[in-house]
Amino acid sequence: MPAVITAHNVGKQYIITRRHLHNSLRDVIAEKFSRLTGRSSSANDDVLIWALDDVSFDVQQGEVLGVIGRNGAGKSTLLKIISRITEPTSGEIRFRGRVASLLEVGTGFSGELTGRENVYLNGAILGMKKNEIDRKFDEIVAFAEVEQFVDTPVKRYSSGMYMRLAFAVAAHLETEILIVDEVLAVGDSQFQEKCLRRMENISKQEGRTVLFVSHNMGTITKLCTHALYLQQGKVRALGETNSVVSQYLHSEVQEGAEKILTHQHPNILHFKEIFFNKIAVKDHQGLYSTEIDVRYPSSIVIDYTVSKPVRNIEISVRFFSYDGRPVFTCHQSDLQPDLYLQRQQGTFRAVLTLPPNILIPGEYYISLEAHEPAERVLDKHEHVIKFRVNETGSKLSRYQPHQYMHGVIMAEFPWTNERTSS
Amino acid sequence: MPDSKIQTEEMVIRSSKGISALHLRELWEFRELFFFLVWRDIKIRYKQTVLGVAWAVIRPVFAMAAFTFVFNKLAGFTVNEVPYLVFVLCGVTIWNFFSESISFATNSLIKESNLITKVYFPRIIIPSATVLASFADFIVAFILFLIVMLIFGIAPTAGFLFFPAFVLIAILAALGIGFWFSALSARYRDIAYALPFAIQVLFWVTPVGYSLAHVPEKWRVYFWLNPMTGVLEGMRWSLLGYGELNGTAVLGSFFIALVLFITGMGNFTRMERKMADFI
Repeated sequence: MPAVITAHNVGKQYIITRRHLHNSLRDVIAEKFSRLTGRSSSANDDVLIWALDDVSFDVQQGEVLGVIGRNGAGKSTLLKIISRITEPTSGEIRFRGRVASLLEVGTGFSGELTGRENVYLNGAILGMKKNEIDRKFDEIVAFAEVEQFVDTPVKRYSSGMYMRLAFAVAAHLETEILIVDEVLAVGDSQFQEKCLRRMENISKQEGRTVLFVSHNMGTITKLCTHALYLQQGKVRALGETNSVVSQYLHSEVQEGAEKILTHQHPNILHFKEIFFNKIAVKDHQGLYSTEIDVRYPSSIVIDYTVSKPVRNIEISVRFFSYDGRPVFTCHQSDLQPDLYLQRQQGTFRAVLTLPPNILIPGEYYISLEAHEPAERVLDKHEHVIKFRVNETGSKLSRYQPHQYMHGVIMAEFPWTNERTSS
Repeated sequence: MPDSKIQTEEMVIRSSKGISALHLRELWEFRELFFFLVWRDIKIRYKQTVLGVAWAVIRPVFAMAAFTFVFNKLAGFTVNEVPYLVFVLCGVTIWNFFSESISFATNSLIKESNLITKVYFPRIIIPSATVLASFADFIVAFILFLIVMLIFGIAPTAGFLFFPAFVLIAILAALGIGFWFSALSARYRDIAYALPFAIQVLFWVTPVGYSLAHVPEKWRVYFWLNPMTGVLEGMRWSLLGYGELNGTAVLGSFFIALVLFITGMGNFTRMERKMADFI
């Protein structure tokens, strides 16, 4: 059977000039003029960047292809090209069937319009026909759980309702190919779960093809049949999900117990109210180490800067198991609710202490995030550091080397044991 | 399972070169989105205003009063066939449509940059939709004009049948300029800054508050280069029976509007391809 999507040597080049982009006519005229007078310096100021370089792959019908890679690896560029938002510089992509892209939830939503009006408008923007929306309207509203508010302007919606309605429209698209960019990272966990089930349905029951970008390896392994791993615009690995994901985790996660966090666009830091500088893992002796003893406590040290006073910003650390599944998340406000409400300007060090005997021996990854709950993410570092919990004589040591079969959390809860007959 | 018929049609995405033809079939495919955008623009244009759609009436009325005061009372321009108020209102209705169209259209892409970077559709429907939405205001103003005509007891002549042709020239010119300016302002923000000034200058060299008859003979030929001159003179001839119709000049206006429209569209489709990268 022919592939639904075939990408052949796709490349996308961006030109970045030293004086940033020519955004005003003056720049262009000045440049043309300096070229005329032979004092051209701008030609060598141009930096060519291949956001995608020689990317080729096939996607079969009903396949869910997860696209993974670091920030700036070219994932979004690839989705934009397949969505026809921008053209490739070289190569070509062939596909069969209608494509709907969901690079953002609620594109084109207008606060002044009611929920009902926005469903129609957003549906049209995503490529639905009016009679198609008519037919699915009730289903969409029910999925979003906003029945009572369909005739209320969406600017009066809570952010949760807004996201639910926006996702619901997208979830009812009937195109043969669906392109999704991490839109699931919104809403409460219950709704996220619902969205995931819907995505699974789309591919498994309805046999439609999905391209899915996410930083969450747990979601990728759960949803995707295949994965494409991009690194600096090139295909690093392509194939069955688990093996690609483990390649990604092994090559992208930096070795070392201490990591300076760099930012892709350093200029952005001027605008960020809060950003991270460093993360480190310390063992129970207070030494930087990625080798943790299961019987002792360990700690995660986070250095961050608050560039101006902010309110309601949470810092969270999420632990992932070796296969990319999230294990648990610690919020800085878990035990100090006040901290989260108001942050003063300055540079800070936060230390999270992990109790002994909590994670079952094995490898774990950490992601770090500063966010305003259910609103926006200010700084985020995915799978930024890796550490190993070593078996040094826990209660599971007698099962070595099969501790992983016991799960990821060491559970010690009370039991009772009474004789019921003699 | 999806229909098997979809398997037959294959789309190819690759870098396009040169001036590509407008994909009429594709535009037709997106007609519903176009009308949704028009509907949304009309719907939210006067949201959160106290007076609402009344603005579509208030603006021409005040413009009429101000222009009559300036041109008629201060500058001493007169017209013999019709009251000056009616003469000015006729010009104001179509001029307001034209100037609002180009100013909304010019800023439309920047305003919708979020759509442009997130969803694919032929981008040309964005400025086109704003022009059509402005046309709704024109209809309201035009009804007001007809009422004023009635009040002053001006009976329409046979020329009345021709007025849609002049409106059409205005639409063509507004779309053409809208295509040019919106695509350029997506790239160079200067256009958006220059626009209010440009519209102001254009207003003074367009016979809105005065008529071509007030312009010295030797300069008239330059006025005819402005497509709105033909529109205004033609509107007043057809609706009010004012003045003589210069057929060649009207054809010239139509031709210039058509050239603006076609070149604007050509430039737009050329710039459209990289729009998401630079907006």
